[in-house]
Amino acid sequence: MPFVKFWNDQLEFYGGLTLLFKQVIHDTFSGKFYWRLLFDQILQVGVKSLPLVLITAASTGMVMALQFGVGLEKFGGKLYVPKLVALIILREMGPVFTSLMVAARIGAGFASEIGSMVVTQQIDAIRAMGTSPIKRIVIPRVLACLIALPILTASANIVGNLGSLWVGAYELDLDGNFYLLKILSTVTLKDYFSGFFKTFFFALFIALPACYFGLTVTKGTKEVGIATTKAVVVGSIMILVGNYFLSKLFWIIGTVL
Amino acid sequence: MIKVHDFHKSFGDKLVHKGVSFEVQKGECLGLIGGSGVGKSVILRSLIGLEKPDRGLIEIDGVIITGLNERELVDIRKKVAYIFQGGALFDSMTVFENLAYPIREHSKTNEAALTEKVLSQLQQFGLQGSEYVYPAQLSGGMQKRVGIARAMMMNPEFVLYDEPTAGLDPFNTKKIQELILHLKSTGVTSILVTHDMPTAMAVCDRLVFLLNGRIEAQGTLAEVKSESNPLIKKFIDGEAS
Repeated sequence: MPFVKFWNDQLEFYGGLTLLFKQVIHDTFSGKFYWRLLFDQILQVGVKSLPLVLITAASTGMVMALQFGVGLEKFGGKLYVPKLVALIILREMGPVFTSLMVAARIGAGFASEIGSMVVTQQIDAIRAMGTSPIKRIVIPRVLACLIALPILTASANIVGNLGSLWVGAYELDLDGNFYLLKILSTVTLKDYFSGFFKTFFFALFIALPACYFGLTVTKGTKEVGIATTKAVVVGSIMILVGNYFLSKLFWIIGTVL
Repeated sequence: MIKVHDFHKSFGDKLVHKGVSFEVQKGECLGLIGGSGVGKSVILRSLIGLEKPDRGLIEIDGVIITGLNERELVDIRKKVAYIFQGGALFDSMTVFENLAYPIREHSKTNEAALTEKVLSQLQQFGLQGSEYVYPAQLSGGMQKRVGIARAMMMNPEFVLYDEPTAGLDPFNTKKIQELILHLKSTGVTSILVTHDMPTAMAVCDRLVFLLNGRIEAQGTLAEVKSESNPLIKKFIDGEAS
């Protein structure tokens, strides 16, 4: 029955993901640590994703400034553009768009690379030689996402705001100094950190499902493609749905503090 | 010594093994033969903990490995080398790095000694000059030889060969046979899974013929051939059934 199968699949996925996460935590703090593999992955996840993330951030900031500017001008609210755009970028768009771009680029890469290693028995070879695929393959990728994603998001936040400032100054005829001052006087550390802390969760939403889908490939190259698609789709959905609950959580924490 | 006792394994509804038992004495080479899909590789994978039997015991060098977790299997896996059918070489590493991998993982050998050991191993397996190429740049026969060379880096006491000559031309098949015989002469205990009867006859001391999830015949080549089941004789002689 499709309904039963769906729930079985969901249970298997979330159960498998939980076990993988537990093993990652345990193995990170025990035995040999592969620093070189971690640096390789930081290069892949962080440095090589930077152009894509910055282009996305700049265009998002520019489009938001333009749309808010045109829309609010009718009501005489053009002066609120810097405030609105800066808050939206820092709290939501910066972390979410950066994570979605990384999920598409890196999640797909992780799942296809690991899936191909399963199909060509390289994962079996790692195990057969008395070494751990979790330590060599999964942990460097998870940690690289945890380290690189907050840095990428911080860069995206800056470039996104610079993009909106450029549109504000040259398209909306707002004074550049006024625009910058408005951004700096509006945003607080609380705004910044409510977006920043989300990225640690998003990093796990990207890396863990991607590694899980790659490791659970069993039926050959066709399934590698399916695993790659699943990694991107599931990672993106977890980011988008998780963002609402994390926003709510940080809002509650913010009101308590 | 390797002991397999009452080995049962199923995948979903398909019962692949229904109580397989055999032993391999120290220094002996056992050939595991049978048609496609009888589960020869499943037994081989289970011997190193890559698969878990549903029931039964596997003992290697006095240690019962069924029930051991990944961490507990490490010591056994250091003693047992597994030769994968496709080589299973790490495609992101050069041949040199592939061979250095088990040493770097399990010992604190310095780089100079490691380089010397890898180059000497490559020489021994007729692979000199290929240390800085990637596996994808090698022929199938060379990939298999690199796979065997890598597996031998830790001087294993047991070697498990999964179809080492599948898809190879007669020259490369002969080279692989010579390698297996050479390793056997050093006292290594081995199990060879193969469809290639000339290779099995050339290197194995005893054969185990699997059929329908059970051992249909076992013994020396002459003993197995003398079995009453005509299918065994046809399989060994390479005739169509």
